[in-house]
Parts: sequence; C-alpha cells; structure tokens
Amino acid sequence: MHLILFIVFAGLCLAGAINLLLQSHPINSALSLIVVMTSLAVLYLLLGAEFLAAAQVIVYAGAIMVLFTFVVMLLNAGREERTFGSRAALTVGFPAVVAILAVVATVILHAQGLGVATLSDATITTTEYLSTVLFTKLLLPFEVTSILILIAILGAVALARHDNEHSQSGAERTGGQ
Amino acid sequence: MSSLFAQEVPLSWYLLLSAALFSLGVIGFLIKRNLITVFMSIELMLNGVNLSFVTFAHQWNAVKGQIFVFFVMMVAAAEAAVGLAIIIAVFRARATLAVDRIDRMKL
Repeated sequence: MHLILFIVFAGLCLAGAINLLLQSHPINSALSLIVVMTSLAVLYLLLGAEFLAAAQVIVYAGAIMVLFTFVVMLLNAGREERTFGSRAALTVGFPAVVAILAVVATVILHAQGLGVATLSDATITTTEYLSTVLFTKLLLPFEVTSILILIAILGAVALARHDNEHSQSGAERTGGQ
Repeated sequence: MSSLFAQEVPLSWYLLLSAALFSLGVIGFLIKRNLITVFMSIELMLNGVNLSFVTFAHQWNAVKGQIFVFFVMMVAAAEAAVGLAIIIAVFRARATLAVDRIDRMKL
C-alpha cells in the first residue's frame, strides 16, 4: 500500500513540477504548483508527519497559492514571451544543476544506514508531541516568528499601497522620456 | 498481490524525489521569463528541501526536523507576502512582468 501511494503521489509531484516549467501562462503554473504541494502533503503523511501534512495543505496550498493566484489575476499577467535567457544561465547554470543533481543522487544511492518507510502507527509523530516540544523547548523562536509575520504584514502593506502622488510623478517621468 | 501491499519504500527514494524537485525549481528559476513564475520556482525549491527535512526526521525519529519544516513554512508565508507586494510595486512602476525588461534598479 505504501509503495503504491508513494509511486502515485511522487509521480503526480514530478508531473506537476515539470508542467510548471512547460506552461506559458502563469495561472496554469500556479495550478500545477498546487498539485505539487497537495501531493507533498500526502507524502508527509506517509512519513508520519501528520501536523505538517495539515499545515502544508492549509498554509502552502491554501494561503500562499491563493495569494499567488490573486496577484496573477490582479496584474492580468498574460502569456510569457519565450527568450533564451542570459548566456550565463546557459553556460554555467544548466551544467551546474545537472552536476548538483548527479552528485546528490550518487551520495544518496551510496549512503549506508538509510532506513525504510512503512505504514505503521509507531512511526507517526503526533501533533501533541510536536506541540509539546514546540511550546516548551522552542518557545522563543516561535514567538520571534510572530514578530517576523507582523513585520511582513506591515512591509507588504507599505510596498503595495497605492501612493497617488508618487505614481503621478512616475507617470510624468515616463511620459517625458 | 499481498506482497505488493506490504512492501516498504526506501527512504533514499524520498531523498531522490526531493533532489529532483529542487533541481526542477532551479531550472524553472533559470528558464522562466515571468516574474511570478520565477517566484513560484523558488517555492518549488523550498518544498523540495522541506521533503528532505521530513525524510530525515523520519530516519532519526526526531521531531526537530519537523519543527524546522514548520518554521520554514512560516518564513515562506512571510516571504510570499513581501515578495508579491514587491512584484505589484514593480508592475506599477514598469507595467511589465518580463524579467528581461526589468533591468534597472532605479524605479
């Protein structure tokens, strides 16, 4: 059962990631990314991380991707023009990606002592245990995270606010060129 | 058939999937020409790394790896909010999302 679930959802995950690269419209890429994130939630569940599976669906597939689709619709982003990118990306980037993937795959395949994942109750990390550790040993980092989120909200509002005076002067500047 | 149901998955397969997702994210970062899609590729890389964290948390039976993923998710949420606000500001100033045309730091 575990093997079947892994093959199905790992395949969905890779298909969604490849589809993200092939689509030319951003909304199609966003929907493929939702497929990737939801499949990853199932894989987390297979690895016994029940809280993270729920958080993956709620935070990533829910909140973050809704934000992405809203921005795509708000900016009315059309089809992207295909260009070949920079020469640095072609000559250094792609060989570097292939080399990194080859090295990591070799290391993983030769690693000793890696275990196996099975479907059993013993391997599940319960939300109760995770929250006990989070709210006793790691309380300070957790609270610092809330400050980070607050600053992010303020920064997002300050950046995306429509500043009438500034945008008018910007329009005059571009009109004058 | 019952042997197929009882079979277990080596953790190296999960790690290979994680490496493949990360590499696909890097390739997307390099070949995509739309600012929003480039940002989505970064999210794909973050997800690939998260999968390897969860895999190692399962391997060592340690909860710290899962808590690390929780913090990565929080930071990713903050990053998405600020990053998309920056994309909106860039679009307002330039009226384009093509990364080839956004080539000046000054607005």
